[in-house]
Amino acid sequence: MNCPECDAELNIPEDAAVGEIVSCGDCGADYEISKKDGSTVEIKEAETVGEDWGE
Amino acid sequence: MSKISIVFDRLRTEEKMLQKEAEELGHEISLIDAKTTQINTDSQIQDFNFGNIVLERCVSYYRGLYFTACLEFLDVPVINKFNVSTICGNKLLTSMLLKKNNIPTPKTHFSFSADAARENLNDTGYPMVIKPVIGSWGRSVVPLKDKDTSDAIIEQREITDGPLDRIFYLQEMIDRPPRDIRVITIGDKAVTAMYRKSSDSFKTNIALGAEPEICEITNEIEGLCASASKAVGGGILGVDLMEDNENGLVVHEVNNTVEFKGLVKVANINIPKEMIEFAINSVRK
Repeated sequence: MNCPECDAELNIPEDAAVGEIVSCGDCGADYEISKKDGSTVEIKEAETVGEDWGE
Repeated sequence: MSKISIVFDRLRTEEKMLQKEAEELGHEISLIDAKTTQINTDSQIQDFNFGNIVLERCVSYYRGLYFTACLEFLDVPVINKFNVSTICGNKLLTSMLLKKNNIPTPKTHFSFSADAARENLNDTGYPMVIKPVIGSWGRSVVPLKDKDTSDAIIEQREITDGPLDRIFYLQEMIDRPPRDIRVITIGDKAVTAMYRKSSDSFKTNIALGAEPEICEITNEIEGLCASASKAVGGGILGVDLMEDNENGLVVHEVNNTVEFKGLVKVANINIPKEMIEFAINSVRK
């Protein structure tokens, strides 16, 4: 799968789970894994850090 | 075997560690994305598969808080409870509860307008620390060392003018070593602690790069943390203390959705395992 932003190849680990964030090694864009069915993976743009994020 | 759910909005190292420990302990575990879950006023507990207990682990404070309200509406046991999350997410409420329960805590002043904040600082003098009432990872926590700095920060608040920008939380600057102490409490018991050492900032958040170092849990730390945990309603918490050179240990924060990937590097206990066991045992009682 390629980065929707810069078209570089996205490195998605095999054990990555839905909800996990993957980053593009080239442009740094963050994507959230939205669906995973075997080797089929769907991603969406990750939420940006919100003002209320944290512990 | 019990069934446990983790509600998340961003699957981080912590949630994956909790999942792994639950599985290794032989429990069934579900990861539930708060962002895609639908709940309405006609919803019933049996419409979902939350299991015996939910760990609320959203990185967004408000998302987690209101999801917790929904879980309690459905009578699903959740850690932490809505009231605990409300208090711990709000520094003003936390400071007042700590003081009310005779737990040593930094003296903190509250003002409800920019003019009142200026007047307050005029009376207290400097240095002071201004913190947002709700916020994490040290965001917008600023040492106020002189009037010029405080004027600039207050003016900035007047410009942004969010609802909580009008609430000014002004805390005495504690004279301390360049570190604080983070203690994880599980069911009012301090289970592990670390120093968070900062090399080039007065902020000591691990999220900002502070280095973790194991801290021995003394009787004093244990007692203070138990009291702080009970004061806010208990559960799984991160209690933050400072070593005041003049007055000894003071508790300045109690954190709700505690992060532990920094502490796990130095801790000599299995933190996620302790959390899962506590969660399971809390519904067995």
